[in-house]
Amino acid sequence: MPLLEGKGVTRYFGGLAAVQHVDFYVDPGEIVGLIGPNGAGKTTLFNLISGALVPQSGTIRLKGENITGLKPHVICHKGIARTFQLVRVFPNMSVLENVLMGVLFGKPDGYDRKQARKDAEKWLDFVGLSAVKDWPARSLTLVNQKRLEVARALATGPELLLLDELMAGLNPTEVAQTMELVCRIREQGITIFMVEHVMKAIMGICDRIMVLHHGEKIAEGTPQEIANNRTVIEVYLGE
Amino acid sequence: MKPGRAYLQKLGGPGLTLMALALLATFPLYASVYSMTLLTDILMFVVLALSWALFSAPTGYISLAPAAFFGVGIYTSAILGRQWPLLLTIALGGAISFCLALLVGALTLRLKGIYFAMFTFGLVELIKHFWLWFEIRFTGTRGRFVAVVDQQTIYFTMLASFVLLLLTTHLIRRSRWGLALRSIGECEEAAAHIGVNVNALKTITFAISAIFMGAAGAIIATRWTYVDPYIAFNPLYSFMAVLMALFGGMGHPYGPVLGAAIFAYLEEVLLTRFPYYYMLIFGVVLIITVLYLPEGLIGLMMRIRRRVVGGPDAPA
Repeated sequence: MPLLEGKGVTRYFGGLAAVQHVDFYVDPGEIVGLIGPNGAGKTTLFNLISGALVPQSGTIRLKGENITGLKPHVICHKGIARTFQLVRVFPNMSVLENVLMGVLFGKPDGYDRKQARKDAEKWLDFVGLSAVKDWPARSLTLVNQKRLEVARALATGPELLLLDELMAGLNPTEVAQTMELVCRIREQGITIFMVEHVMKAIMGICDRIMVLHHGEKIAEGTPQEIANNRTVIEVYLGE
Repeated sequence: MKPGRAYLQKLGGPGLTLMALALLATFPLYASVYSMTLLTDILMFVVLALSWALFSAPTGYISLAPAAFFGVGIYTSAILGRQWPLLLTIALGGAISFCLALLVGALTLRLKGIYFAMFTFGLVELIKHFWLWFEIRFTGTRGRFVAVVDQQTIYFTMLASFVLLLLTTHLIRRSRWGLALRSIGECEEAAAHIGVNVNALKTITFAISAIFMGAAGAIIATRWTYVDPYIAFNPLYSFMAVLMALFGGMGHPYGPVLGAAIFAYLEEVLLTRFPYYYMLIFGVVLIITVLYLPEGLIGLMMRIRRRVVGGPDAPA
């Protein structure tokens, strides 16, 4: 059974079809990439999965359980975490408090405070932010704010992590480090579904890639298949 | 920071608070009736400002509804004060405000920013006019007389509700609940996506803050002896709560306390000494605060202290 499965997922904004009859699946342990030109509906699809938006039709299942239209915090409790295209850390909280929020609220049951702190520090260490844990999150650089968002998402204990353009705005060294981070997350047994524009990153680490265009799925396959797919090349480069 | 100083500071906060509370508790023994009634008024504003800050300071949702819950408390006292014991009336005033806030919060806390502020402001007017219509249409009265209670009892019940509020604020701030409220103010969408039930949390906190506003109204009504809907649901009390909290600063729970205390005292002094200029002086003080003290008095004090004793964020 796939970990995440969508059937005929559709969302309109007024008359515009942002996501239209999209079927998708993500198997446990995979890294799946989601690409497409600007405005293709990638972030909208993520918003539909994470509960920020409710689909007008279609169903989304997590491990066979229907999660369509549930509230974001419920979906998080069920095991889906996400990061945002434009970073959304809690700017005036400390780096540690940011991650602590994920530990304390990621699962519906209560938490021992001492253990929570330890867990938060573990995730900070995992993304390499231990040295700045007492800094306010707003004082971090972009790449570190993105890492902080990842640590906060991981702290909620997800089975599936949605990464929305994690590499955007990073320099080549940072992209390489972030790719390595994504692979280490997978080694933790966490499945990854990622939107990305940085082709080198997505071709390098994804097991499978899905292409959206004008809200519809136009192709799906291994990175090699996608790179040679005529429709995809036309969409990206013109005919 | 030296360990000795840290220890002293840890001890100093609660120690000073307890000393101040002890002073307040024994105040009627040596003070005149006038200063006791003045202090009751000040405490009332402190309760309004602090309970407003309990919800609005961390979340950033500007509520202009304090006057609505305050008025509900006042009318609870006016209607039941004659038959019921005082404490029960006060508790009921708090409970009705809680229920009303729960209902209003569940309906409107989806609204963001200015829309929420406007709605809560409208709520005060709505209840005022509805109640005026109801009283005239069904009970045939415009105003009501309230059962009178002696000044000392009023003082002590107001003090007790202040202490309870202080305790509630402290407990919420220290718990993961307080952290979650702050996260809503910082970025509500992210908070929801890491598992915080934002709507439930906002609604319940809004309702808890309303308990104290309702209780304050129920207590103070016994001193006003006569109320009508215009007196009870006066939007000025909403604005006062907000302004006092801003004046005092919202970075620390004592900010609103300090702001309300100074503000209320200033009002009394200005009103008695300079009855013709009082509004003018008041306005000037406000403008100066907003322009030059964006973090309020408590922010200013913290900045001065950092400059004097140093510390991790001391300016170079």
